[in-house]
Amino acid sequence: MEFLVSASTPMKSSRWLTAHALAVFAFLYLPIAILILYSFNGQGVGGFPPRNLTLNWYRILFNDAPIWDSVLNSLIVAAAAMVIALLFGIPAALALDRAQFPGKALFRRLVLLPLILPGIITGLSLLMLFRVAEVRLSLLTIVLGHGTALISVATTEVFAGLQKLNRAQEEASLDLGANYWQTFWRITVPNLKLSIIGAALLIFTLSMDEIAVSFFLIGRDNTLPLEIWGRLRRGITPEINAISTIIFMFSLIAIVFWYRLRTRAQVTPEIGAELVETSQTDSQLSS
Amino acid sequence: MMATTIQSDTVSLLSIRSVAKHFGKNIVLRDISLEIAEGEFLTILGESGSGKTTLLRILAGFEQSTSGEVWMQGERLDTQPPYRRRVNTVFQHYALFPHMTVEQNVGYGLAIAKRPAAEIESRVAEALAKVKMSAYAKSKPPKISGGQQQRIALARALVNRPRLLLLDEPLSALDANLRRQMQVELKALQREVGITFIFVTHDQEEAMVMSDRIALLRSGELEQVASPREIYNRPATSYTAQFIGHTNLLHADIRHGMATCGALRWPTSLPDGKALFSLRPECIRPATAAPAANDAMVRFQARLRDQAFHGATDLLRVESDGGLILTIRTASRDLPDRLLEFEFSAGDAIPVRATSLGSNSTSEDRA
Repeated sequence: MEFLVSASTPMKSSRWLTAHALAVFAFLYLPIAILILYSFNGQGVGGFPPRNLTLNWYRILFNDAPIWDSVLNSLIVAAAAMVIALLFGIPAALALDRAQFPGKALFRRLVLLPLILPGIITGLSLLMLFRVAEVRLSLLTIVLGHGTALISVATTEVFAGLQKLNRAQEEASLDLGANYWQTFWRITVPNLKLSIIGAALLIFTLSMDEIAVSFFLIGRDNTLPLEIWGRLRRGITPEINAISTIIFMFSLIAIVFWYRLRTRAQVTPEIGAELVETSQTDSQLSS
Repeated sequence: MMATTIQSDTVSLLSIRSVAKHFGKNIVLRDISLEIAEGEFLTILGESGSGKTTLLRILAGFEQSTSGEVWMQGERLDTQPPYRRRVNTVFQHYALFPHMTVEQNVGYGLAIAKRPAAEIESRVAEALAKVKMSAYAKSKPPKISGGQQQRIALARALVNRPRLLLLDEPLSALDANLRRQMQVELKALQREVGITFIFVTHDQEEAMVMSDRIALLRSGELEQVASPREIYNRPATSYTAQFIGHTNLLHADIRHGMATCGALRWPTSLPDGKALFSLRPECIRPATAAPAANDAMVRFQARLRDQAFHGATDLLRVESDGGLILTIRTASRDLPDRLLEFEFSAGDAIPVRATSLGSNSTSEDRA
């Protein structure tokens, strides 16, 4: 009967673990839950529990033109930054994966630097650059700021995808008569599709809630995070909760969408590429 | 270096001329010259690291040779990019495109070549029928088994009607039974389509079963190129004799037309001095009661040390008077544990050049 005794110990610790997990979960999500809850609170942000549930704050929000201008600005900035980051990030990833060039190791680290660098430094240095170049601050400067800062995200995501790619597939394509360009579009890109979509979503999200770089490069037009931040200084209203709730819902949809894509594409990985040696083919593919 | 013999009634399709490949300081291939006939099934056989995969990749166009040339029917091949060569490859792990259906995989080459849709459809269907995979036309490659992927890879290459098909250890990922079955099927398919096959393997049995000729590679050099029968019966070097099948290597002294190794003596036409002979285990047998009148039969006495049952045959290890250990393959039967008399024909002791076994220094083959 002693195994029953010994069995009680893991039971006990598993109960503790469950409690711990719940606590962490609460710590992470309770603030968000409360934020959402109070967007429906008739009494404003004060008072517990929330009373007189209402959609009033949403009504106010939908009539608040400056907020919607800033949302539009943010969407424009995020979309443009995404395009810039991918346009520069994908070739950089290809170069890192395939090309041999002097200073490659250094290049690899430098590309990742903006990820680690505090936004305040990126923002400040870009501001100084624009001052010197006499570029007037506007949404365009924010786009350039976000775009350059997020190239590293595109590069790392796509590079990870390239590392998982079975190179024999590209050789098979060349072998079957497709040239390097056809092979890139028909074999490499479809295999990287998930990485590229993932990078795009991540860049979009990061750009949407970016404050530090935007703060330095802002012109007359506010992005959403700066608009919210500006209003917070004048006191918090549930209208902010309402817009936050909407943003949260959109993020959730994006995450679910990404997750579905990923699981749908989940296939048994091929046995490792047998011919990993970098060769002529590699450098030609990337050049 | 062995001269590469080509039957006079066949036309040379591919000509490999003094091809060498260096990866930095590492010499993977040195001075490979080989003529391959139209419609031939040639196997490049070698241990891992012998350079066989590199040679295949040079023919496919994935590697550039450091020196030497490859010609195909009067045209320089090795300066062309892989997509301009009328050469197709079956990859070791098939390298099917996971994002396309079986049908799209097989039709890829034809689609790239911009063939009309109707032609693509009929040729793909025909190729799939040939490898008995018509039922899987709409499947995605990750959903089908290794043996089936193997067939698709074969169909994908053959549908383009290449002049030359390269196969890089295509059976190595299959289990033993399926592998034997595919060997037979592949050989039959090759006869049917009449396309020249260059098949790479490390499995000497596979090479013997399938090939018209075997090119044996050792440390980046061609050790011997010959038909399976010839390479087995007349190995040119000790490496060949040991790598293909089993053998007894006899270090003999030759004086006045007689070779001596321990208690064994047999006539030879070689000049005086030292020489190495290969004597296959099945060439030695227990002596018949009546002493052979034939001079060429060599008799010797030996004691049985070890007897292993292998079904139809037994493998014996015997020790002759001089302490020489020999391996003998005979029909299965019980032998008494005493001094026995054995015999072999002097003509079965084949003089071979001494080359060492397993002295590969390169590590190019990632098998």
